[in-house]
Amino acid sequence: MRVLACIKRVPITGGRIVLTEDARAINTQHLGFTMSPHEECGVEEAARLIEAHKGDSVVLTLGPPEAVEQLRDAMALGIDRAIHLQTDGQEWDAEATASALTDAIRADEGPSGRFDIVFFGNESADSGGFQVGARVAHALGRPLVTGLKKVTVEGASVRCEQEVEGGRDVYVVPLPAVLTVKEGLNLPRYPSVPGRMRARSKPVAVSTPARPAPRLELVRLAVPAGQGRRAESLGAGAAAAPAVVEMLQKAGVL
Amino acid sequence: MTVLVLMDESDASRQALTLARKFGDPRSVRMDAIEPFAPDALAAALAQAADELNASAVFAAGTDRGNEVMARLAARTGLPFAANCISATPGEPVSVTRLRWGGSLLEEARLHSPRPLISVAPHTVPEDTGPRPQDVDMKPPAEADLVVRVVDHVSPRNGGVSLAEAKVIVSGGRGVGSKEGFAIIEDLAGLLGAAVGCSRAVTSAGWRPHSDQVGQTGTKVAPDVYIACGISGATQHMAGLKGAKRILAINSDPQAPLMLNADYTVTGDLKEIVPAISAEIRKRR
Repeated sequence: MRVLACIKRVPITGGRIVLTEDARAINTQHLGFTMSPHEECGVEEAARLIEAHKGDSVVLTLGPPEAVEQLRDAMALGIDRAIHLQTDGQEWDAEATASALTDAIRADEGPSGRFDIVFFGNESADSGGFQVGARVAHALGRPLVTGLKKVTVEGASVRCEQEVEGGRDVYVVPLPAVLTVKEGLNLPRYPSVPGRMRARSKPVAVSTPARPAPRLELVRLAVPAGQGRRAESLGAGAAAAPAVVEMLQKAGVL
Repeated sequence: MTVLVLMDESDASRQALTLARKFGDPRSVRMDAIEPFAPDALAAALAQAADELNASAVFAAGTDRGNEVMARLAARTGLPFAANCISATPGEPVSVTRLRWGGSLLEEARLHSPRPLISVAPHTVPEDTGPRPQDVDMKPPAEADLVVRVVDHVSPRNGGVSLAEAKVIVSGGRGVGSKEGFAIIEDLAGLLGAAVGCSRAVTSAGWRPHSDQVGQTGTKVAPDVYIACGISGATQHMAGLKGAKRILAINSDPQAPLMLNADYTVTGDLKEIVPAISAEIRKRR
């Protein structure tokens, strides 16, 4: 079995987002980075599938040179090798991203055989375009199921549970397939020290695709106006309990 | 000029219709026109209707289903798609403002496209009150577009109060300290008939199931009262709280973002404060 997990490097925004001077990006000077939360579950699922079925697992990203950190994180969780489509740090829109990822998938599948499953996050944490997986699936001519909380390979097909209001919808599609997943699909393992050590020597194939002009073109970012809350202190410590209970009564919930 | 809208019975659909009217006279494709749900067949129907009507744009609600069908339409037609917009102004290019980071950030963007595909973020635009648009005529779907379709539905185990629907939520963060530490949170929730929630740090640590997680990648909630115990208030968490009417934050750090974004605060050790609130409720009964 061959499984691919696609990831995106994003900043860990913490409590308050600060923009760069030109308001075209988040000021990340004091921030750490991670892969989008949904994608971490895609990586974990890919690693588990290969542990169970044997084969080849690959992680793919489009991002700046530093995104190799997230590729190493994925390999520390058990992924075998990585493909890094390097950018100069400029943002790529979803259409261009999907096109570059599709080319990279085709190039890797040529010598190695097709991926049975390609995992994406349901949406990236930062730009939230909700579409890269769909574009890649269409370009590859493979079925796409989105928003998954459970994935079970059953022979030549895959049973998928999608979170919807009031439960889960079930889909069964033939492999190869493209699946977008949501956090909660699994609980990603904490990478072991040997896992991290092994990840350092796993191969990363690097290429530098050209960035086409975006058709969804970012002009500027803005932090939305606060909701105008002005916190009223109900006190400190256990002595605040009566004031809390009065507030709950006033709110009509007690 | 005709604009095409993917519609269902939701408020979010009527909000999408509000923005769509700026782009022409609306016609609709119903989300339930193909049952069981088959997103490729809906995308195919939208693509065909858009061509036949020479639609100026295609709109949908920025719900899971809406975004999914629009993404498939975008892939199929090779057109750009702007998800979760809160405004859209016709022109060449079309100007949109859209949500990023689950609503923690706004993006102004230009959409260069002969036929803009736009989804509208729920509850950011007033609902349309005009007449219901007329449905387009649809052909039976092609076999290939029915490969991906709902074949079954499973219901969740019945346990406690649903987070998304709860009137009161008692939620714990890293400050709760351990899986066992949630006993005092559960006790207070029980007294209030509340659901138990938590932050992402808690589910990542394995203290609570992901179904309890409130936030950008968890559940978005809209309770009358949200009681946040030992939660710092990262944007990831706050993105799930936009619908909360009143927020009470309990935290030892008065400068924690959640303490600054709450309506009410209690400063101190939640391990003393939460049991004291439970005791006070019991005393008054």
